Amino acid sequence: MNIFFQQLLNGLTLGSVYALVALGLTLVYGILHIPNFAHGALYMVGAYVAFYLVGAAGANYWVAMLGAAAFVALLAVLSDRLVFHRLRNAPPLHDMIAAIGLLLFLEAGVQAIWGAEFHRLAPPYTQIVRVFDLVAPAQRLIIIAAAFGLMLVLHLFLTRTLTGSTIIAMAQNREGASLVGIDATKVSVLTFAISGALAAVAATLFAPINLVYPSMGHLVIMKAFVIIIIGGMGSIPGAIIGGLVIGFAESFGAFYVSTDYKDIIAFALLVLILSIRPQGLFPSGAR
Amino acid sequence: MPSKTFQKPLLAVLLALGIVFPMIAANDYYIYVMSLAYIMAIAAVGLNLILGYTGQLNLAHAGFMAIGAYTVGILTVDYGVPYWAAFALAGILSAFIGFFAGLISLRLKGHFFSIFTLCVGFIIYLIIEKWDALTHGTVGIIDIPAPTGLGPIRFDNTWSQYYLVLFFLVVSMWVMSRIVNSLLGRAFLAIRNGEDLAETLGINLMRTKVLAFVLSTFYAGLAGALYAGFVRFIGPGMALESHTFDMIAFILVGGIGTLFGPLLGAVLLTWLTQSLQFLQDYRMIVFGPLLILLVMYFPQGLIGFYRQRQARRAAASAKDRRTQRAVVGTAQEARTNA
Repeated sequence: MNIFFQQLLNGLTLGSVYALVALGLTLVYGILHIPNFAHGALYMVGAYVAFYLVGAAGANYWVAMLGAAAFVALLAVLSDRLVFHRLRNAPPLHDMIAAIGLLLFLEAGVQAIWGAEFHRLAPPYTQIVRVFDLVAPAQRLIIIAAAFGLMLVLHLFLTRTLTGSTIIAMAQNREGASLVGIDATKVSVLTFAISGALAAVAATLFAPINLVYPSMGHLVIMKAFVIIIIGGMGSIPGAIIGGLVIGFAESFGAFYVSTDYKDIIAFALLVLILSIRPQGLFPSGAR
Repeated sequence: MPSKTFQKPLLAVLLALGIVFPMIAANDYYIYVMSLAYIMAIAAVGLNLILGYTGQLNLAHAGFMAIGAYTVGILTVDYGVPYWAAFALAGILSAFIGFFAGLISLRLKGHFFSIFTLCVGFIIYLIIEKWDALTHGTVGIIDIPAPTGLGPIRFDNTWSQYYLVLFFLVVSMWVMSRIVNSLLGRAFLAIRNGEDLAETLGINLMRTKVLAFVLSTFYAGLAGALYAGFVRFIGPGMALESHTFDMIAFILVGGIGTLFGPLLGAVLLTWLTQSLQFLQDYRMIVFGPLLILLVMYFPQGLIGFYRQRQARRAAASAKDRRTQRAVVGTAQEARTNA
């Protein structure tokens, strides 16, 4: 029972981090209609900024998270204005290659500043929470609580506020949104800022129980892609459900199948699902 | 559009340059670098078939190159198979795995295909890294034997290996030119230019795309096999997507969808990286923005740019001739009327 609970907790932790990253990716896909390969690099930059703020600047963990979110949001907006916006009318292939260029640049940049070695973000909360005979490290509970809290806020923002609705409207129908007077530039800046901030928060939450290194974004971004393909490109509930599915598949797979191959599970799942259903589990529009 | 930019004399000059290069190179190291550039060019030429001619961004290409390299590495080191037997198997195995990967991944279109192949590449990487018993895991395979001699020819020094690689490069380029200038090549182009239209023309989309994919993975396997025999050390890192990105950079710089673009790009960028040796780890600080600027301002690459300029000039001179003829015509008309 205890072991099962442990895996459940692990799955929930992983799933909520993946879901946050996938949410940002899916929001940007809704606006841009390109897979932003640089999203994983944004995640990685977020972890480094938080690491720097906590380590060198001695900031509080939550302040560092805010700082990282703000910095990466700015970086994401810049990438939109300087790169993606200018390629609006280019073939999709060019956007994808530009995103790859951005990814390579950010990774090399971080490596030039902080080196290729592994870093560790000191865990802010080292307590162990005990409920009856179940134990849970506080950091994991914080990840889960913070991630789901953020998802709830995002959901309320997107559905209950006018500004949020403009993002949904733009994702649903670009021309229609423009017709009713929604400013495409504003929406795209906002979307990129949110997606960058989500990536940075996810990275900062996850960093204390993981390591910080230049290629840390690779696996996460690929899993995020798997998630949004499974959950349906551009679908917000799909990203959350997909994140949890992959999180659980990984934690239980690592335990009951093999720790070595736990990273393959997500991809094997994708291959399996797409072999049987090329349109994904929750088909959304053309693919 | 079959390439008529590179006519026979120019081709002969290129080939002659390739042949005399070792004689004019300052030292063996230059020959070594050039051979590596050729090997990467073979892989990039293969990627260009699916990316440039068929319009599908396959991000698993480095993975297939690694499959070729590991086939040679594992068979020669662990099983004592002769190099050339392993070499022949390498291309076939890559193409074989490519066939199944293509069958699944090409059911997806556009972005989904790219994302899916990104995952396929990563699966290949993870399998190579984790399957210790077969692939030696993170340690990699060391001491891969150099290609064994064929008859009187031996491949035990950089010079002879350079010519071996050059030979395969020339053959690969020749075969590729036959492919892209054939009816099949037109079918690839038709798919790139519009899948719906291609299908209306009676092209079997799936079969044609899978064929392009299999051919391109065969090239990757061949390049990998050459790499294994030439560098004689391979590690799981060669399957990483960053190597696919390198190849994309080669193709973009030289000219996407052109026969010689990937070769030109591979040679140019390899030498650029060599001269930026101090940047080795950070070369992506230069390459990343370079990729972005290329797709923004120079998406057709060097050869594409050259060809475009030629086409423009031809159009201009044709127009000149036409107006001239028109002027002469009216003058004659005026004379006969008079």
